[in-house]
Formats: sequence, structure tokens, C-alpha cells
Amino acid sequence: MNRLQGRVALVTGGLQGIGRAIVERFLAEGASVMLADLPSPDEAADALAALGDKAGYVRLDVGDEAGWPAAIAAIRERFGRLDILVANAGIDGTGRVQDMTLAAWHRTMRVNVDGVFLATRHCADLLSEGGRDWRGGASIVNISSIMGLVGIAQVSAYNASKGAVRLFTKSIALEFAAAKAPVRVNSVHPGFVETPLLIGSSDQAALDFYTAATPLGRMAQPPEIAAVVAFLASDDASYVTGAELVVDGGYTAQ
Amino acid sequence: MAGQLDGAIALVTGAGGGIGGATVIALREAGATVIATDLEAPAGGDLNRAQDVTSEAGWADVARAIEERYGRLDCLVNNAGIATVASIEEETLASWRRVQAVNVESMLLSLQALLPLLKAGGEIRPSGASVVNISSVGGIGGAPLMASYCASKGAVRLFSKSAACEFAALKYNIRVNSVHPGGIQTGMMDEIVGRYVELGVAPDERTARAGVDAQHPLGRWGRPEEIAGGIVYLCSPAASFMTGSELVIDGGFTAH
Repeated sequence: MNRLQGRVALVTGGLQGIGRAIVERFLAEGASVMLADLPSPDEAADALAALGDKAGYVRLDVGDEAGWPAAIAAIRERFGRLDILVANAGIDGTGRVQDMTLAAWHRTMRVNVDGVFLATRHCADLLSEGGRDWRGGASIVNISSIMGLVGIAQVSAYNASKGAVRLFTKSIALEFAAAKAPVRVNSVHPGFVETPLLIGSSDQAALDFYTAATPLGRMAQPPEIAAVVAFLASDDASYVTGAELVVDGGYTAQ
Repeated sequence: MAGQLDGAIALVTGAGGGIGGATVIALREAGATVIATDLEAPAGGDLNRAQDVTSEAGWADVARAIEERYGRLDCLVNNAGIATVASIEEETLASWRRVQAVNVESMLLSLQALLPLLKAGGEIRPSGASVVNISSVGGIGGAPLMASYCASKGAVRLFSKSAACEFAALKYNIRVNSVHPGGIQTGMMDEIVGRYVELGVAPDERTARAGVDAQHPLGRWGRPEEIAGGIVYLCSPAASFMTGSELVIDGGFTAH
């Protein structure tokens, strides 16, 4: 299965959870991958060694503009091109709205929204070049959430951030298309996925809710989200742009 | 993508048309065995049959044929569909009902006839049997002169979600999703363009086609294979957590 042979991908938040599964899926489909995440290269060394020599690593705080030029330079130096961008890095943003400080709100927006914007802004040139080599062009996949489609109480910052990702995605899809740049842009909306981020922030009552509220009666495994992202990255999705792929076991179908 | 659907048994209706034909090819390339049906028996499937999707007896025949040969069904692609182009004032009730019968009732009939076979498919397939119902961008947004069609395609969209929730609640291991193509290079679109000219919406075919082009941010129509790729994906194990969702393959049509 070598749909992504010859392509280079950047996956933010690539060391764990959904991001890690995406990295592994891309490597399995023949791509080379630059992972970006918060830990230092030393801290990431073991994880990276396990992924093999088509994987590289760059330390990057996606919400900090100052770090992006160096990340792009690292991609150019190591791989010489970029064909796929997965803006996956994300954090939660929970609490009652009356109790939320502006600083806490901004913390969520910084990673989940600024980070998505900065990723596209800094990768656009490389992607526009890379896209010329593929029938389906280059592919940007922004990881939103069911929380970018429907609301839940006490996660207002997260809801707002994921809704922003959904419409930002459509906006830039139209921009690239209008400029006739060969770059497709789509959002993925996972439901409840068994990841460190979610498990770490959920008590048993919450976990029971996730499974009870999902028609398929279970949480997703990260590879089930990675498979959707791989489809969008490939030429099989050559006519898919500005779209939302909902991978939620039926949660929003009700 | 070779191998994703090795050993799978798939049914595609409307297989004589552009999207249907491309889907049969793509499913077979992925390893599936395909039963292909249309009003006139198409070519290209492993088993080819004539079928009127508005007929309960017709569905019973197809179900029997699948039962006898394969004993189960893993993928159902409800692709047969028609479009009419008429103003609300001029559309007839008969024409409206025909569109609903082909585009919507067929989906209910398909599930009623094939549920035992789909359940059998779901029993041996961890990622579930997969029902893919072809809707349209017309099932998301409206368009002048397309009321019958849009109503039918909106029905497909919500019927699919309902079926998805129901089968999940009944623990059948059958996923149901809708696909929403934009303007695709098919015979159906040729007819619609022709009607636009007939009704004076556009002075000539070239202008009519350019008008449709302009509605797609990617600046072109889609190819049938680009829809087939999405259908194969929804049938494959990669879509194991997708049910009740909409796969929009429209070159950005609904994004603006």
C-alpha cells in the first residue's frame, strides 16, 4: 500500500495520540514524515528511533510564530519538499464560562487556532510547489472535532477553537482554489478517540458518557482517524476540498 | 487501492451510469466481487442484472441471486438516481413522485430486501458491512428548477443518518453514510445542462457548462473516478468509525 510514496508530510502534535497514529499510517503508505511537537529532540529520541529513518523531528510550539521559520528550514534541509500538512496539535479548554480566565481562553486559542493558521501560512509556499507533482495536488488536513460541529457544556473554549478550524479550513480551501494553487484543504472531525489527551482529562463518568452517547457504542482508536487523514492526503481525494470528514461513530448523526 | 476489499461482496445499482460504472471498476480493483445492476443489465460486474430499483419484487430477485451465489453482502452502493429540471410551478406530481421513488424509496426497499445479507456481512467483517447512499450537493443546498431532485437528495442524507443510528442501536455492525458529489462528468449532467438550455436558463450549452464550472472552486467538473474513490474508501476498513456521516466530494462547491 504505497499511495503516498515519494511524498513528505508535516504532522504537528505527532508524538502521541491521533498525531502519532497519523505519522505511523503515513510511513506505512510510503511517505516521509517530519514530526513536530513540544518535547526536546532528546526527549523525543526513543519515539523517533522506533519510527525508522523516514521520520524526522523538530521541536515546535505551533502557537509561537518565532519557531515556524526554523521548522520550515528543517523540512527543506531534511526532505527538500512538502506535500502534506496535518495540523493536528491541539489542547483542551474546559471549565464553566464564568470561571474561565482570558488567559486560559487564549491558551486554547493559541494552540488550536493560531497554530492551525500559522501552519498553513508558513507551509503554503512549499505545498504549492509540491502539489504540482501529484494528480490530486498537495493536501492540508486540519484536525477539528465533533466539537467543531455541535456544542457541549463547559468546553466553550474548545468548542470555539474547533469551530474556528472548520471555517478557516473552508476559507483557505477557496483561497488556494481561486489562486489556482494545487492545494486541497479539508477538516477532519473525530468523535471521542482513546488518546492520552482525552483519557487524561476524563473521569469514569465522562468515559461512560462517551460510549453511551456514540451510536457505535465505543470510542475510536487513533488508527481509525489516521485512515481518514490518509485518504484525504492521497489522490483518491482529488476532488475533495473545503469539506468536513466526520469520523464519530454516528455521534452527530443523531 | 488494491487489496482493501479483497473477498468483499458488493452491489452497485445504477451501474450503467457514469458514477456507477466507475464505482464497479474501482471496487473490483480493490478486490471486491461486484453485482452490477441497472434498468438494462450493465456490463462490467462479476454478476450483471437488470433491475428496477422502484420495484419490491425486483429487489427480492436481486437479494435471492446474491443469497444463492454469495450468502452475504458486505457493501451496498445505492447509486441509481434520476434528476428532473422543472420549475415548481410547472413540475407535475407524477414527475415529483417518480423522482422520490427512484432516488429515495429505492433506498428503503434496498435495506428491507438486503438486511439479512448485510447482517451476515457485518458478522464476519470487523469494520462492518457498509451501505453508501449517493446523495448530492443538492442534498445540502438548493438550486432553482431542481426542487424535486433536491428534496429527494435531502431525504437520502437524513435517511442515511437515521439508518446509521438504528443499525448501531440494534448492534447490526452495518455502517451507513451518504456521499455528496458536485457536478460530475456524467450522462445525468449532460441531460441537466440540456434542460437548462431548453428552459432558457442559459442561451447555449457552452454557457450553461461554464456556469456550472464557475460554481466549483476547483474550476472544473469532477470525474466519475473521483467519486468512486470516496465510495471505495467508505466501503473499506479505513472507514470503520464512520457512520451517519456525509462525504462531500464537490471541488469546494458547498464550501462557499
